[in-house]
Amino acid sequence: MSGILVVLEDRAEKIRSTSWEALAAALKLGSAQSVTAVVLGAQTEALAGEAAAKGVGKVVRVEHPLLARYTADAYCAVLQQLIQNESPTHVVFPHTYQVRDFAPALAARMGQALIGDVVAIEDGPVFVRQLMQGRLNGSYRHHGNGPCFVSVQTGAFRADTVEMNETTAVTTFIPNLDAAQIRTKPSEPFREAAQTVDLASAQRIVSVGRGIKEVENLGLVQDLAAAIGAELAASRPICDNGWLPMERQVGSSGQTVAPKLYLAVGISGAIQHLVGMKGSQCIVAINKDPEAPIFEVADYGIVGDLFEVVPALTEAVKAVKA
Amino acid sequence: MKIIVAIKQVPDRDAPIRIATNAKGIEERELQWAMNEPDAYALEEALQLKEKNGGEVIVVSAGPERVGTTIREALAKGADRAIQVLCDDLGTRDALGVARLLAAAIKRENPDLVLTGLQSEDVGLGQTGVIVAELLGLPHSTLILHVEKTGDGITVKRELEEGWFQRIEMPLPAVLTMQSGGNKLRYATLMGIKRAKTKELKSVTAAELSVDAAAVVTLEHIAMPKKQKSTQILPGSPKEAAAALVEKLKTEARVL
Repeated sequence: MSGILVVLEDRAEKIRSTSWEALAAALKLGSAQSVTAVVLGAQTEALAGEAAAKGVGKVVRVEHPLLARYTADAYCAVLQQLIQNESPTHVVFPHTYQVRDFAPALAARMGQALIGDVVAIEDGPVFVRQLMQGRLNGSYRHHGNGPCFVSVQTGAFRADTVEMNETTAVTTFIPNLDAAQIRTKPSEPFREAAQTVDLASAQRIVSVGRGIKEVENLGLVQDLAAAIGAELAASRPICDNGWLPMERQVGSSGQTVAPKLYLAVGISGAIQHLVGMKGSQCIVAINKDPEAPIFEVADYGIVGDLFEVVPALTEAVKAVKA
Repeated sequence: MKIIVAIKQVPDRDAPIRIATNAKGIEERELQWAMNEPDAYALEEALQLKEKNGGEVIVVSAGPERVGTTIREALAKGADRAIQVLCDDLGTRDALGVARLLAAAIKRENPDLVLTGLQSEDVGLGQTGVIVAELLGLPHSTLILHVEKTGDGITVKRELEEGWFQRIEMPLPAVLTMQSGGNKLRYATLMGIKRAKTKELKSVTAAELSVDAAAVVTLEHIAMPKKQKSTQILPGSPKEAAAALVEKLKTEARVL
């Protein structure tokens, strides 16, 4: 066994930036020469070209007409063949929804367990991932002979650390794949009703989470947002409850925002939320729990009861604006 | 339809978390426990499918004795019966080891559909359902919001990233991991709580299922995360803190 496979994911015929972050993570496990970048699809020439410019040891195009649209069955089947062929020490993925859908099954099929959603790689290698909704970090090790499967969290590794360079070899791997192996029939992706709120272009956002407790209490944060001149947003549980429309949700399953001011009220800061807002210029958190992970990314914090702090803040904002 | 819902008992979201002295887990004494919320959504979907199409809802959960309280809660909400996989080593098993336990218990029941939450709120691996499908040789889909019974299969609505969705047609039997928010969660009624006490709860041990616990991936230690930013915590009464924050936002950060 030798070498590291990095499985790159694409969208709209381009390699996704989170895939380059996975490549950056792979470079913590070995030299650029030891890395094989893998692209999958029905037509992969352009994708392979993008990967080849990154100076990895080699690029493998896994090509088959049945890979035109993603299915877990097809991806598991072809990647198992490729991994058996290449026999790498590590297989690295970006931790996307798609990878979450197939990589655990692929690893299990090879008697392995995926170390998922990794945020850091330390000497050993020791893989760090978050526990308890980001309140703790766990350090994990892989044992035994099989390849070690790892997926890395979006934003945890710097894609710009990957240097551009010429890659020596691009090869094509034609897997054995039969239509009968694919048990699910996916349809074309779609969006629900057109978005009427564009959080992405908002300069200021007041965002509310579970701490608000009841739908009747939303008025408190609406008043604060109005006083600041901010858009109102929310973490997933608020939208799950139907208290605010889904289009106001910030996070991995909602919108990604980067306003000048992001004020998080009663949001603990699970990673699914943080990935959607940690690029904000100034982050303020109001939370009763001083250990809440939201404080790890906040510039300013108030530890206290939001039902007291928010009305006081609304008054203070009104006072300076008057 | 015979539906199995795999649920996990996790620390209550608001419970204070302390690292255990061996740094391999969290301190469990005095901890409050609750049903993993994504699993509660899986249970809700199962109960609604049963209401529409008839059948049976069976809850499966792995863990020590204390897990029984969460199982009773699921029975009180309307599950027909339950199986507890008794084990004290859930925390040291890797994703494959946990899934092996559940798959072995589920296999004996020959269900039409297996549902579970997309991930747990404690360890957050988000893998158990997918591996269970692999071990049972069944097709699966993840991040599902709705399930609709069709002729001899199902059509599911899957959440993709950034507000996109997709419908997937699948044969039965199948395994699905459920995303939150597809339904409104029900509360257990008083009648439900009363009935739950008389419903069947079978226990089976890992040894009886002949599942071994050898792990390929181990948790070495747990630690508090390092701060990414130095946060200025504004002290004082709510009024003082609010005034100080507004001042900082205006003159220091210049975002007001």
